[in-house]
Amino acid sequence: MRHGKLTPAALRKYGFITSFLAVPVLLYVVFVVWQYIQAFQISFTNSRGISPKFDYVGFDNFTQLFQDDVFWAAVRHHVVLLLAMPLITIAIALFFSFLLNLGGGQRNGRMVGVPGSAFYKIVFFFPQVLAVAIVGVLFQAILRPDKAGVFNSALGAVGIDPVGWLIAPGLALWTIIGVMVWQAVGFYVVLFSAGMATIPKDVFEAASLDGAGRFTLFFKITIPLLWDTLQVGWVYLGIAAFDGFALVQVLSVDRGGPDNATTVLPLEIWRNAFTYSKYGVASAMGVALFFMTLTFAVLTLRVTRRERIEF
Amino acid sequence: MTQTPREITRRQMIQRVGLTALVAGPAVGLLSSCATSSGSDTPSAAPSAAATSATNPFGVKADAPLEVVIFKGGYSDEYATQSHEPLYKKEFPQAQIKHQGIQTISQTLTPRFASGDVPDVVNNSGTDMLDGGALIGAGQLLDLTPLFAAPSIDDPSKTVKDTIVPGTVESGFGGDPAKPYTLNYVYTAYGLWYDAKLFEKNGWTPPKTFDEFKTFAETAKGKGITPYAYAGKNASYYQYWMILISAAKIGGNEILLNIDNLVDNAWNADAVKQAAAAWAEIGKYMDKSYEGLIHTEVQTQQNQGKVALYPSGSWLESEQAKDTPAGFEYAMAPTPSVAASDKLPYEAIRAAAAEGYVVPSKGKNPQGGLEYLRVMLSKEAAKAFTEKTKSLTVVVGATEGMTLSPGLTSVVAAQTAAGQNVVTYSLFETWYKELETELRKQTNALMFGRISADEFCANMQKAADKTKADSSINKQSRSV
Repeated sequence: MRHGKLTPAALRKYGFITSFLAVPVLLYVVFVVWQYIQAFQISFTNSRGISPKFDYVGFDNFTQLFQDDVFWAAVRHHVVLLLAMPLITIAIALFFSFLLNLGGGQRNGRMVGVPGSAFYKIVFFFPQVLAVAIVGVLFQAILRPDKAGVFNSALGAVGIDPVGWLIAPGLALWTIIGVMVWQAVGFYVVLFSAGMATIPKDVFEAASLDGAGRFTLFFKITIPLLWDTLQVGWVYLGIAAFDGFALVQVLSVDRGGPDNATTVLPLEIWRNAFTYSKYGVASAMGVALFFMTLTFAVLTLRVTRRERIEF
Repeated sequence: MTQTPREITRRQMIQRVGLTALVAGPAVGLLSSCATSSGSDTPSAAPSAAATSATNPFGVKADAPLEVVIFKGGYSDEYATQSHEPLYKKEFPQAQIKHQGIQTISQTLTPRFASGDVPDVVNNSGTDMLDGGALIGAGQLLDLTPLFAAPSIDDPSKTVKDTIVPGTVESGFGGDPAKPYTLNYVYTAYGLWYDAKLFEKNGWTPPKTFDEFKTFAETAKGKGITPYAYAGKNASYYQYWMILISAAKIGGNEILLNIDNLVDNAWNADAVKQAAAAWAEIGKYMDKSYEGLIHTEVQTQQNQGKVALYPSGSWLESEQAKDTPAGFEYAMAPTPSVAASDKLPYEAIRAAAAEGYVVPSKGKNPQGGLEYLRVMLSKEAAKAFTEKTKSLTVVVGATEGMTLSPGLTSVVAAQTAAGQNVVTYSLFETWYKELETELRKQTNALMFGRISADEFCANMQKAADKTKADSSINKQSRSV
């Protein structure tokens, strides 16, 4: 079909596509896009959420935000989360999926995983099945700071004093990162396994024949051929690093404590809106978060852009 | 946090502390300035009034029907149907009483207020309570001043006000100028809770001064018992209550009024500093792990004999009822004195009245409404309430001759010992949530040794200044 001409056939085709797209797009606009636009509007007002009346206050909410220690603490935590959480998750997930798919070496001329791979795959996926609230409650018991905690009673058995996983200000955020990684790894094992399955086996076999060990196979063959999947995983995890609300809310001392040591922006948005009735400030935080997430996604996709290897 | 039903009860407890009307005060002032206030809220102006007498101070018409709406929540409504309403009926046998026990007070009654067909007594409580401030602003509620000035049923030589716990009348203030519009009926006391049996067994008595507290702490520690603990993860406000009580004991209630009124340097007052320093010393005896535990976990530890003293309010005994082992007897002690120069004695306790009852001004029988409240404030009615609900009322001495649970018995004893020495309830907790959030944070930091008392005061003052400077936050004030 040539461009620019609306033949009856083209009309039918586009009409067909449009009819399929209209409903989801409409739903998306009404329930997602419109809220974003409203948040931008409210961030310039002194709305308290309990009255339809409010005034426009310019950039006041943003000025207030930039002078707020708690806001900056939350931003710092997102930077830490952003650097640590995806990196640790991807490293562990890659390692596991390599072992599960290719780590067993060759058998009958085919690359196989370590013995029991099928079983491990299911086990690793378990955390993904649990709702994040359940994960939180589970880890409350595991991370309990006294001797009754699962970790601490295990440590106690070998004579180590209880560790304040969530109450030591320097450790609390890392503990929460640990829980996030635990929950995320399973999904990425499956994602990367699927990615590895699409890599033609003969590439591995050829490398193997040439004498490449597992180490070389992993770094020289697997990673380059898996780059697209890795990139997607990185963006997903990066966006997840801008959240963390549920786990911080359930696990941390006094919601975001001790001393703001674990607070994250979604938690502060929630607090400003529902505890302080400061919908304007909460929306301003939301706008800041929106731009941070967007910047991250764009940067990641640009920086990690490589020539696609066709196979 | 996962919200357990019990937690909701606790929050509601605080919300219900009857200050809602007061909270809305200034906003109401604005409303009333543009609303036409007809001034028809005096009951004597209503047509159905009868002649007043010593036994009928409000001039209730003997055959006028009375409509009562009770919030059927944690206290249920049996106390009303089986005691309060029959007592009223005894006074006015010809009066028909229409009773309604419901949970959705606001949804049910808002349209009735709008149409003018209102009940005569409303127990305004629960999640769906009516906005008291808005009702006051619209002239819908009766000023209860005549009720508190009326003679008491039990002793006509005393006014009703003299027979109830000090501070009750003020707790129901609202409007501008502030008047009592709400009767807060349930009495809550705050202090240090312990197992009387455990103390008896060890020959201990609750410490009366902070010096004694430290000696006690060493002794308890020697026995392998944590001398004092609170739950830092979700109940650090139990601890800041204690710090505020101590500050009020040192410097008097005006210390707390200044904090509520955002007076400059209110947090830097010596009394606050001394109180914070005294409690920080006690914090040193607390294991670090308590910062990561929730209230029920610490309360269970106390039930297991692992924690000696625990800060809480008089709901604790019933909250823990099913976890309390046999042989454990709850008792409450006041917080220790800080210095000999304290303005309030050791016996002073923080107490608050909660669970509001209002009389709509445009009902058919407002005199009957007032009389119903006067009946509620008789010893017989109060006693029945305590029997049915296991909660104390604001009526002084109503539990005489009753067999109370050990915990309630000790609360009554503490209440009697305190007399007029009552530490006021802090209103900033509901007025300024940002300040309150900061206080929770700083309290944990102080009690678990991350900051000094001076830093605690400085940080809180900074937060109070921020609240004061924030034009988006409605400012409120109180004088009592």
